[in-house]
Amino acid sequence: MVRNPSANREQFRPHDHPNDAFLLTTVVGSYPKPKWLNRADELVDDPDSKFDESDLEEAHDDACRLITHEHERAGLDTVVDGEMRRNEMVEFFADRIDGYEFNGPVKVWGHNYFDKPSVVEEVEYDEPWLVDEFEFTSDVSERPVKVPITGPYTLGFWAFNEAYPSTEELVYDLADLVNEEVEKLVEAGARYIQIDEPALATTPEDHAIVGEALERIVSGIDEEVRIGLHVCYGDYSRIYPEINDYPIDEFDVELCNGDFEQIPTFTDPEFEPDLALGVVDAHTAEVEPVEEIKENIRQGLRVVPPEKLTISPDCGLKLLPRDIAYGKTENMVTAVREIEAEIDSGAIDVENPLDD
Amino acid sequence: MTERVAATPGLYPLPDWAKETLSDLKGHQKGDLLSGDESEAIVEEYAEVRAEYVDDQLDAGLDRVVEGQGRWDDMIAHPLTVHDSVETGGIVRYYDNNNFYRDPRVVDDLDFSGDVARELERATDLIDGEAPLAATLPGPYSLGELATDEHYGDEAEFQAAIADFLAGEVEAFPAHETLFLLEPSLVTDSPAEGEESAATDAIATVADATDADVVVQTAYGALGEKLYAHLVDEAGADALGLDLVAGDRDDTVYNVQEFGATDSLALGLVDGQNTLVEEPETVAERVEWFESQIPAEGFDRTYLTPNTELFYLPTNKYRAKLNTLAAAAEVLD
Repeated sequence: MVRNPSANREQFRPHDHPNDAFLLTTVVGSYPKPKWLNRADELVDDPDSKFDESDLEEAHDDACRLITHEHERAGLDTVVDGEMRRNEMVEFFADRIDGYEFNGPVKVWGHNYFDKPSVVEEVEYDEPWLVDEFEFTSDVSERPVKVPITGPYTLGFWAFNEAYPSTEELVYDLADLVNEEVEKLVEAGARYIQIDEPALATTPEDHAIVGEALERIVSGIDEEVRIGLHVCYGDYSRIYPEINDYPIDEFDVELCNGDFEQIPTFTDPEFEPDLALGVVDAHTAEVEPVEEIKENIRQGLRVVPPEKLTISPDCGLKLLPRDIAYGKTENMVTAVREIEAEIDSGAIDVENPLDD
Repeated sequence: MTERVAATPGLYPLPDWAKETLSDLKGHQKGDLLSGDESEAIVEEYAEVRAEYVDDQLDAGLDRVVEGQGRWDDMIAHPLTVHDSVETGGIVRYYDNNNFYRDPRVVDDLDFSGDVARELERATDLIDGEAPLAATLPGPYSLGELATDEHYGDEAEFQAAIADFLAGEVEAFPAHETLFLLEPSLVTDSPAEGEESAATDAIATVADATDADVVVQTAYGALGEKLYAHLVDEAGADALGLDLVAGDRDDTVYNVQEFGATDSLALGLVDGQNTLVEEPETVAERVEWFESQIPAEGFDRTYLTPNTELFYLPTNKYRAKLNTLAAAAEVLD
């Protein structure tokens, strides 16, 4: 069953928040890397260059500081470092988990490839994956930091399984490792964790496996820690209302991409976790105007009341030009603050949020 | 005495060097994928890829050599996506995989193309008589399922047009010992009850266009009983290809025991979608075990094949799987 989102939401309200209503603003995670960082990643592999691993670490620190501050400047209530240190969402973790090996890139489509790893023996926890990253970002940020983690279902099903009798068993072992990592993050001070499971959208019939994995992930995690689940680009009628049984505080979903056609799916039966709604499209290179984003936010009020609504972009913004990603984030926050004021003044009827 | 033939239906992963050079030459977006009129520089890259595929297969010692289909950006939808009467739409999911192809929207009559025949001519030159050639095409049922009809307007007519198109392509092929018709959709999106013969008629149309041994290769699981029986009797196949890696292989065994089999069989024995490399001895045991399940006197041929295309794998594992198949056939000799 759903955790207790009302027990952990208020800690993210900034002390100088201008409105009574509070729609928590956040991002899914990834953000365009500055061009120089991509150059730096290449340079470190160049044997003729003096640029070494410690220079690269410095470059990553600089980029994380820069993007965290960029998120703060956009006005977000909770921030991420834009995943500047990560290459790809499965590769990054597979690199840190014992039991995975890499054999080379495989095709996704056309000339787009992914270094799909193989699980060759039982997966085991070695060094912490994200604690250093979290501590660094926390130190440079004035705002609470959210930590996105690729979920065990995606880490299992987007790899070759050589070692386990079934990929389901692999997923449960991975879930135990994620639980260990979440415990360490919480110990380091993290209060907002997001589990990313894009693979669920491609195989919605496996929703029970994801549910069991989530049970393992949140085992022993205090209710003051907010646990979100992000899924994208799926047919949600195939996993709703089952997600109401997931032990999460918040369900984060991309619906702007589909013009919110799937909103009615979530209205019956009543939506139980908090809803984190994508209100700007991660795959169009135009910044949506504030007025348009405000209309999108109202769609979320059809599903949950304001005190259960979180607002974010549809998905990670890393494929966009950086100025567009910033523009979308900034306009998103502006739209949220205006909507909050309109809720306070009664200009928006939260029972009939689409009415003027 | 059953002849054991180590073979693959092709669709190999590009060598890592070609992944880079071709993406630099072509780009990463939908509009950058192959349209059939590629530049000389791209043609030359693919010629090198083709030569490497032929060497890989001759080195492994396969009994049939394929062209390797490095150009098939859209996997088995390729013969349509490069056709002049086809416009490519959005990117759509390729079966139940994390892979995508361009939706081929057929907007005009599907007349002769010759694209695949030209590839096979080049492969024939490279093989230079060292091994028999196997040709690969999508089966008409699967190609119809993967495509969108915006021209014929009638399902049966569209299916027949695709079958006639593929038959025309086959007629232009250079000499080949075996023709693989890939039909994964027979399992994943089976014809409706009562519609089985429409699918098998279409397959027979293509099979009749060649004197070569025709393998109708299915994948992703067992065929339904009724469809299986229709395929054995009506598809004009010398061998039906069966996926023995999939979890429901007991159903496949049941089909063969209950409804008999084609004169030859193709067995999908090595996993085209897992990097775990099978031992040749294990593969050989599986062949003998499967053959022993069948009451018939014996088959003309048993093809030892992967259960799917091999492009899902990193290149080192693709080569290892070729070696496994060839070595397993040797163990059986």
